[in-house]
Amino acid sequence: MAEPAGGGALRNAFGGVLSIFILILIGVLAFSIRLFSVIKYESVIHEFDPYFNYRVTQFLTKNGIYDFWNWFDDRTWYPLGRVIGGTVYPGLTLTAGTMWILNSLNIPLSVETVCVFTAPIFSANASWATYLLTKEVKGAGAGLTAAALLAMVPSYISRSVAGSYDNEAVAIFALIFTFYLYIKTLNTGSLFYATLNAIAYFYMVCSWGGYTFIINLIPMHVLLCIVTGRYSSRLYIAYAPLVVLGTLLAALVPVVGFNAVVTSEHFASFLVFIILHVVALVYYIKRILSPAMFKVAVTLVVTIGMAVCCAVIAILIALVASSPTKGWSGRSLSLLDPTYASKYIPIIASVSEHQPPTWPSYFMDINVLAFLVPAGIIACFLPLSDASSFVVLYLVTSVYFSGVMVRLMLVLAPAACITSGIALSEAFDVFTRSIKFQLPNLFSNSPSAGDNSSESSVSQDVVKNDNHRQVEKSETVPKVKGDNSRPTEKSEAVMKGKQSKKNRKKEKDLEEEDILKPKKERRLLVLPLEASAVAILLLIVLGGFYVVHCVWAAAEAYSAPSIVLTSHSHDGLHVFDDFREAYAWLRHNTDEDDKVASWWDYGYQTSAMANRTVIVDNNTWNNTHIATVGTAMSSPEKAAWEIFNSLDVKYVLVVFGGLVGYPSDDINKFLWMVRIGGGVFPHIKEPDYLRDGQYRIDAQATPTMLNCLMYKLSYYRFIEADGSGFDKVRRTEIGKKHFKLTHFEEAFTTHHWMVRIYKLKPPKNRIKGKWKKSKSSSKSSSKRNGATRKNPWQ
Amino acid sequence: MYIYIFWELFVGLGGSLDQNAVLEFVDSGRDLILAADSSASDVIRGIATECGVDFDEDLEALVIDHTSYAVSETEGDHTLIASDALIHSDVILGDKKIEAPILFRGTGHSVNPANSLVLKVLSASPSAYLANPKTKLSSPPSLTGSAISLVSIMQARNNARVLISGSLDLFSNRFSKSVVQKAGSKIKYEKSGNEQFVTEISKWVFHERGHLKAVNVSHRKVGEMTEPAMYRINDDLEYSVEIYEWSGTSWEPYVADDVQVQFYMMSPYVLKTLSNNQKGLYSTSFKVPDVYGVFQFKVEYQKLGYTSLRLAKQIPVRPFRHNEYERFITAAYPYYGASFSTMAAFFIFSIVYLYHK
Repeated sequence: MAEPAGGGALRNAFGGVLSIFILILIGVLAFSIRLFSVIKYESVIHEFDPYFNYRVTQFLTKNGIYDFWNWFDDRTWYPLGRVIGGTVYPGLTLTAGTMWILNSLNIPLSVETVCVFTAPIFSANASWATYLLTKEVKGAGAGLTAAALLAMVPSYISRSVAGSYDNEAVAIFALIFTFYLYIKTLNTGSLFYATLNAIAYFYMVCSWGGYTFIINLIPMHVLLCIVTGRYSSRLYIAYAPLVVLGTLLAALVPVVGFNAVVTSEHFASFLVFIILHVVALVYYIKRILSPAMFKVAVTLVVTIGMAVCCAVIAILIALVASSPTKGWSGRSLSLLDPTYASKYIPIIASVSEHQPPTWPSYFMDINVLAFLVPAGIIACFLPLSDASSFVVLYLVTSVYFSGVMVRLMLVLAPAACITSGIALSEAFDVFTRSIKFQLPNLFSNSPSAGDNSSESSVSQDVVKNDNHRQVEKSETVPKVKGDNSRPTEKSEAVMKGKQSKKNRKKEKDLEEEDILKPKKERRLLVLPLEASAVAILLLIVLGGFYVVHCVWAAAEAYSAPSIVLTSHSHDGLHVFDDFREAYAWLRHNTDEDDKVASWWDYGYQTSAMANRTVIVDNNTWNNTHIATVGTAMSSPEKAAWEIFNSLDVKYVLVVFGGLVGYPSDDINKFLWMVRIGGGVFPHIKEPDYLRDGQYRIDAQATPTMLNCLMYKLSYYRFIEADGSGFDKVRRTEIGKKHFKLTHFEEAFTTHHWMVRIYKLKPPKNRIKGKWKKSKSSSKSSSKRNGATRKNPWQ
Repeated sequence: MYIYIFWELFVGLGGSLDQNAVLEFVDSGRDLILAADSSASDVIRGIATECGVDFDEDLEALVIDHTSYAVSETEGDHTLIASDALIHSDVILGDKKIEAPILFRGTGHSVNPANSLVLKVLSASPSAYLANPKTKLSSPPSLTGSAISLVSIMQARNNARVLISGSLDLFSNRFSKSVVQKAGSKIKYEKSGNEQFVTEISKWVFHERGHLKAVNVSHRKVGEMTEPAMYRINDDLEYSVEIYEWSGTSWEPYVADDVQVQFYMMSPYVLKTLSNNQKGLYSTSFKVPDVYGVFQFKVEYQKLGYTSLRLAKQIPVRPFRHNEYERFITAAYPYYGASFSTMAAFFIFSIVYLYHK
């Protein structure tokens, strides 16, 4: 507080306005970087699950919230049906439904438009929430950096491009915002924020099944605080209302219901709730008793407590052990034991987003953040506060989860952005301060060259800089505190310089302003001028790489809607719009009540785009039903026909990429059908489809493989298409080229053969006898018959 | 609407016959009487096979029966058979019992017992066998005993009816007017049963008997008139259907006590016999099971000699709406009491804590 009060106020006001301006720009950035899919393709819903959400939203806007809540959908999972209202996380749908209310303000929007742009809008919200969270942890500068990083982190873009209308789109915002409110409560001890926190948690529960991450992470953090002796009344206020109110609110969501109190996922929160109260009681008793009395009390309580604890734990273990999955849901179990799903639940293991990620996907999805994160962790320890320990804990757990399931990379992304934001901001803080204090020396030709050289032994590595600072920060804490607003502005300015050049000038103005205030006492903190300048440059280059990578990822890697495919070849751009062609055919050429069977991946799209009843869909709630379809696909034609007929199926849809080389087709997914089918119906055995453990469809393939329905439906008439029967995906000639279908007939094949629709033939009008027409064969068979028949006269 | 193919006549008329054309004729729902003789051609055999009837491979083979042949002055090779092994069905053969044996001379055929569409109307006696009377029997005959069918009928899935006979003479005036006496039997009938048999069975073939139709399938909640688009679990519903039989001139009410309806979702959850009011109206009422899903009202009525009735009507059954559960449960009163008393206690505690220091 060395400067005059008036100047400080002005500076704060200026910084505040600038922060708001930057935040708006970050929001615009977050929104607009996600529009590549709309610009390059069209305003269309992407992939699989979004189509279901879109259909649900349509229903909501048409029928209102009560009908949505009670919606029994008889057009999926035929004939079981699905209670949509009770099995869907309604957050996303309700959010979009609320936005659609704009229509009543005479802003005409179609439901589809709202759905397409929900994800980009909530990405902007998420980056603002990141700003708030990081600001609570490490100040506004770190907050702005983290927000900018999050606005364009590829991992999050992959799930929230325009059209990717999925739960994660709003859930990540809800996740970050809940964490922010928790930290805010922890920092302020305000019951107001604690209540808001419970409400934010409720929104998260509404939005995504990932809410269990929150309800496990926060208790872990509370436990950490208790163990490290950081218990305070603020901690109590941050946690206790969240558990009580949050659990009550969570139980209101139909899909969660009593799960909020009975499943093991929520167990940790209650356990920590109890521990927290015990600890609070102990602190209270400690305060009112004398130390000697307290010791007596402790021994007394510990002995009794141990006995009670043992009894309770024994009962709990017995209860938990009595349930087959130990009270955990399959997905959660596969998180704790990554091999669980592949061992027991092929249906979870079969989903590609449930596979563990490969190393390159880390670089693809969080890019340079992967290198900044360790620096950020160290920065969080300087000094360690409740809030920064939470960030570290969040990061560590999410790194683990992202290693189990590639889909949870999405949870890691905000953590990585926050820690990287902290790291970058701290680094800029150090470097700009070094420059600032040495620039006057440079001009006055000061004798402090020796000082500089002694300090230049410290390398420019960000991590080491922070290490270095760790030593000295403790000495200078009060001064840094008095000067809070300035580093913020500096890092802001630098960061903004990366994005837009137009603020460069402002930055220079600020620098010059700062130079005028020499501060001799800061000398100890500084790094050599040249090193700082180079380091800043390098950091800006690093940031530049990040921006370039993110824009590339947004534009090229993650913008494809996956229902429309494109390919570049020597003769230009090819567009494969086969999926919509097929669904449109179904919509216009089949009866409204016809049932369409396909592998579950295409269930949501069929019901949303073709408006036909499907047997199974992407909500894989009934393993047996999926196994039935899998069995039918892996059975010979006649058995398959019987299975499908018993389910009243009229049409069978298969996706086939062999002609154009579309790799994620049904033949490539076929082994999962066999596995899932075989898991329920043991007569389907995986080895029957493998030749020496190899999955192949060429002439070496097993007869079971060549005669199964999936093979036949995929390759029927394939030889007529290209003449040689060469499958471009498997890169081999198919094993059986000429065959006829007896129980199915081809109804429709799309332009590039990517979707093929078959109709079940009706049962034969007549049943044939045994007599063969050919005379020669009849003669020979009569001879044979005569020879083998038992002679009645003997 | 129907064709007769009497093979020899046909050949005599110089016609040509296309197997596929005949089968398409059947598949389009029309009826066929097929009488082949021992000289039946491949086309006839082909048609018969397609209908599930296998003629013997030996073209010259006749049904020979040394015990139940018809006594006759002219023939001694026992190929003229007097059979009375008729199917017991009033629908197919009329109410009046055919007393006299039926004269038959021709080739026999076999039907696959697993084939549910084909019925043997007239079978050979256990002592019959199929062989060529002109040659010596070198190997055991391919078809023997009552496995030999003399006259069979086939009702296709589209209810087209086909009669297949191995004898053309069966239909002839000579046979129907001749005196018949079964070997070993004292009774001598003035007239064979052929005429009555042929008349009755052709009535059946041409749908003048045994043809059912179901109309006005409807279902509703008990006490309501309109048909809902969806039921709720545990609803009480009524189901009704009217079934009529074609008498040759008009639709008459069909009366039976074995028509059943299924409430079906992958397997029948409810199976109820419909009661009728003697005027063709069948109805029943039942409670929707406590299972939601897409159900079907299924009537699958397949009775010997009648056209099959297959009715399926899809109807979804939904669970309770959120406001259809009981609002207050008696068993939960302790919990209501607990929560309200806790609230009151907390309120009092707060007042005491805050204002009584």
